[in-house]
Amino acid sequence: MSEHTLDTSRLLCPMPVIRTQNKVNELSDGDTLVITCTDPGVLNDIPAWCRINGHEVIGTEKNADDIIITVLVKHL
Amino acid sequence: MSKQYKAAALISGGLDSLLAAKVMLEQGIHVEGINFFTGFCVEGHTAAIRKKHQDKPKRNNALWSAEQLGIKLHIVDIVEEYKDVLINPKHGYGANMNPCLDCKIFMVKKAKQWIEENDFDFIITGEVMGQRPMSQRKEVMPVVVNESGAGDLLLRPLCAKNLPKTKPEIEGWVDREKLLAFHGRNRKPQMALAKEFGFEDYAAPAGGCCFLTDENYATKLVDLWQARSSRDYEMDDIMLLKIGRHLRPKPYFKLIIGREEGENKFMQGYTKLYTNIKTVSHGGPLCLIDGPVDKADLEFAAQMVARYSQGKNEAAVTLSISRVGEEPYEITVQPLSADAIKQEWHV
Repeated sequence: MSEHTLDTSRLLCPMPVIRTQNKVNELSDGDTLVITCTDPGVLNDIPAWCRINGHEVIGTEKNADDIIITVLVKHL
Repeated sequence: MSKQYKAAALISGGLDSLLAAKVMLEQGIHVEGINFFTGFCVEGHTAAIRKKHQDKPKRNNALWSAEQLGIKLHIVDIVEEYKDVLINPKHGYGANMNPCLDCKIFMVKKAKQWIEENDFDFIITGEVMGQRPMSQRKEVMPVVVNESGAGDLLLRPLCAKNLPKTKPEIEGWVDREKLLAFHGRNRKPQMALAKEFGFEDYAAPAGGCCFLTDENYATKLVDLWQARSSRDYEMDDIMLLKIGRHLRPKPYFKLIIGREEGENKFMQGYTKLYTNIKTVSHGGPLCLIDGPVDKADLEFAAQMVARYSQGKNEAAVTLSISRVGEEPYEITVQPLSADAIKQEWHV
């Protein structure tokens, strides 16, 4: 189990979701991925993508300039 | 135990692809969705960058559809490959810069590759014969089948009864009798089926999912190509065409001026890549400059930006100019008068 990071700043959805999807596919069950985003659409889309694919959002942090979402990888 | 056949559904986020996938699920087919991202896809929250669209749902409709269906969705980035489809469409463009038929052929072709790589049995789409003027006419339905290479592995559940039998029907993987015979532009049958399946909050029917069908967007894209003497683009180019007020006072540069706080905030992310101008002495927009500019061009651009600031009627407005990789500097200018902003500069 290890922590990984992904920066999707400046990207508009669905690109942050695509980058998240591609990165998560490289990770193992129990790994976490900390995603930095600037498109507020991720607040809906990354949790939706996780629900569909079985992963879990374990943290969401809204800052002045960005949004940090932490995903726990759980491959179905 | 009989084999459960697997279908890859092209999910656009619209009603038709939602229904087509549901029809297959009802027949016990294992369905997973594929959504192709071309860079030109319209999303609720892309529009919602602007405050005036804050009432619209900030959701990706393809993800939402997949969630309603309870299926996996694979979002595939085809931005680079799609350039050739847009720049060199064999079958031409629709009313604007939309290469709908080539686009459909390309997506089905990619889906064919995907099912081969992922051991799926066939492809489904939400196409309805006669519904779209370019890509869903009766005479082009076989063109998609043939030119995509999908052949009889392409099943269109919503209008299958109007078409020759496909392999899933011939082999009995699906029951043709339970497929549909929708045709034409009338949306009532789809809406009735949606109601039957219990779908209420689906995305706006009949498309509108691609910026290339939008006249204003297409005009900006053509302007970009003309200014660069090249029919090429990068991801940042096509993103920025979606937002801001675009003015081209000279052939070699244009201004992208934020129209409101949401756009200014989004454009802020591009300030390290583009020369930019911000109003300092008054409230005002952020402006990105696309194209090579000299000092005189920047002073003129500053006067234009000042025109769109809260100091537009003042004698002097101070702005900050920042070139990529250089220290910003301030300049004080008299805003251009409204008459001095020529109509033909608006892209």
